[in-house]
Amino acid sequence: MRTDFVLREVTTGLRRNVTMTAAMVLTTAISLLMVGTGLLAVKTIDATESLYSDRLEVRVALTQDVSVADSDCSQPICSGLLAVLENSPLVAGVEYENQEQAYQRFQELFAGQSVADLARPQSLPATLRVKLVEQNGSTEAGASAVKQAMEGQVGVRTVIDQRDVVAKLFDFLGGVRNVTFALALVQAIAALLLISNTVQVSAYTRRTEVGVMRLVGATRWYTQLPFLVEAVLTGVAGAVLAGVGLVVGKVAFIDSLLAGIAQNGVIPPVTLVDVLAVSAYLVPIGAVIAGVTGYVTLRLYVKV
Amino acid sequence: MIRLERVTKMYKTSTRPALDRVSVEVDKGEFVFLIGPSGSGKSTFLRLLLREDVPTRGNIFVTDLNVAKIPRRKVPRLRQRIGCVFQDFRLLSNKTVGENVAFALEVIGKSPTTVRKVVPEVLELVGLDGKADRMPHELSGGEQQRVAIARAFVNRPLLLLADEPTGNLDPDTSQDIMLLLERINRTGTTVLMATHDHSIVDSMRRRVVELDLGRVVRDEAHAVYGVGR
Repeated sequence: MRTDFVLREVTTGLRRNVTMTAAMVLTTAISLLMVGTGLLAVKTIDATESLYSDRLEVRVALTQDVSVADSDCSQPICSGLLAVLENSPLVAGVEYENQEQAYQRFQELFAGQSVADLARPQSLPATLRVKLVEQNGSTEAGASAVKQAMEGQVGVRTVIDQRDVVAKLFDFLGGVRNVTFALALVQAIAALLLISNTVQVSAYTRRTEVGVMRLVGATRWYTQLPFLVEAVLTGVAGAVLAGVGLVVGKVAFIDSLLAGIAQNGVIPPVTLVDVLAVSAYLVPIGAVIAGVTGYVTLRLYVKV
Repeated sequence: MIRLERVTKMYKTSTRPALDRVSVEVDKGEFVFLIGPSGSGKSTFLRLLLREDVPTRGNIFVTDLNVAKIPRRKVPRLRQRIGCVFQDFRLLSNKTVGENVAFALEVIGKSPTTVRKVVPEVLELVGLDGKADRMPHELSGGEQQRVAIARAFVNRPLLLLADEPTGNLDPDTSQDIMLLLERINRTGTTVLMATHDHSIVDSMRRRVVELDLGRVVRDEAHAVYGVGR
């Protein structure tokens, strides 16, 4: 195999079809950028789920009279509820948060917002914050047991399963991920067609070379290789460009968008390492997709 | 060297065969003209030898290879034994004379050392020494055909197929090209040339195989193009 010859042919081919090559690189870059965004969304969703699975708890909000009368859960109603919860094997721990503590946390959460000024300690309920034991990787059983045991009991106003609230966030993030992947798929189809078209145009513009190669007895592999290398190189260039796009997108857009909530620990931050890791995945993806498309095109449509 | 055994070629778009039970044998080192009117089957004959196409019936042997039966992966091996020259030269316009000739060796994986040694030798053989760095458009038609012949011959093929190699050239230049083909033939390479050129055939007095409507109508040694044609 003459590597120098193949590389020379590749350079000639890329230079000859420079506008097509540029279009192919850009289209591949955009579709891979979408794929990369989708992968980052998946990574963030996974990290968020694991972050919240440690924090999520079931909150048993107490009625107003119990909340006002009992600041340390020593009265019979609250202590009775506490005992029931603590005796359950599905409960890992219970913490009592009185009205004053609830008010302090409320102030921290909504610092600087007008709702923080409106709230008063007596308007917030005291709660029993229940940490659950995981069974088969899920706290589902514990949450329903607590609900069943607490709902309708004297002194209980509501039972709030935080997982219900977070589920909506996860649904939303899942939707974002699906939309991103759907767009990436459409874009990928466009990229595949463009790669296929470019390979055909490239083969057509070099039909004399290809004809001579076949006549003098070059093997099929030798004849096809320059086209395949061209396709793979443009796929890799598209992937690198997509990686650059992801880094720029993170610095210019994601960082400022998520600055507040990431700092507060609401969702985990998207780090540069994450972006670079995803970008590294895109390179072989781009190379393989472009290479396979090029190969199939040559087999199906081009006589080489 | 070449043996065709009752070769028939039918194309789907035609009602009559392009070649009809053609049997021809050409020995090593022979110089043979393949003549006949347009549509007589000359191009099909050459295409089948190159395995550009396969016969509908019959066998074709080039040296020891049964051309119609060899698997696709062995076709390059067959073509490395055959050189081809065409009426339209088929030179690569973006490569120099030397690069055009070298291309034929590079694509079959010959080493740079071999290429550097062999290309000047063959350019000298065809009378183009000193013109290796010229571009094809800087050459005359005759010189371009010499480059094409150099490219066809650089791998020292056993058989040279020439399809109307003088079709685009004036009589004097055609004569020069024929002298060159004759010189190549003297090195032991079998030459099979399809042509319409009466004067060349008449002046060379070599074996003539004449086709008409896909059939061999004449196969004659030391022959002329034909009386009254």
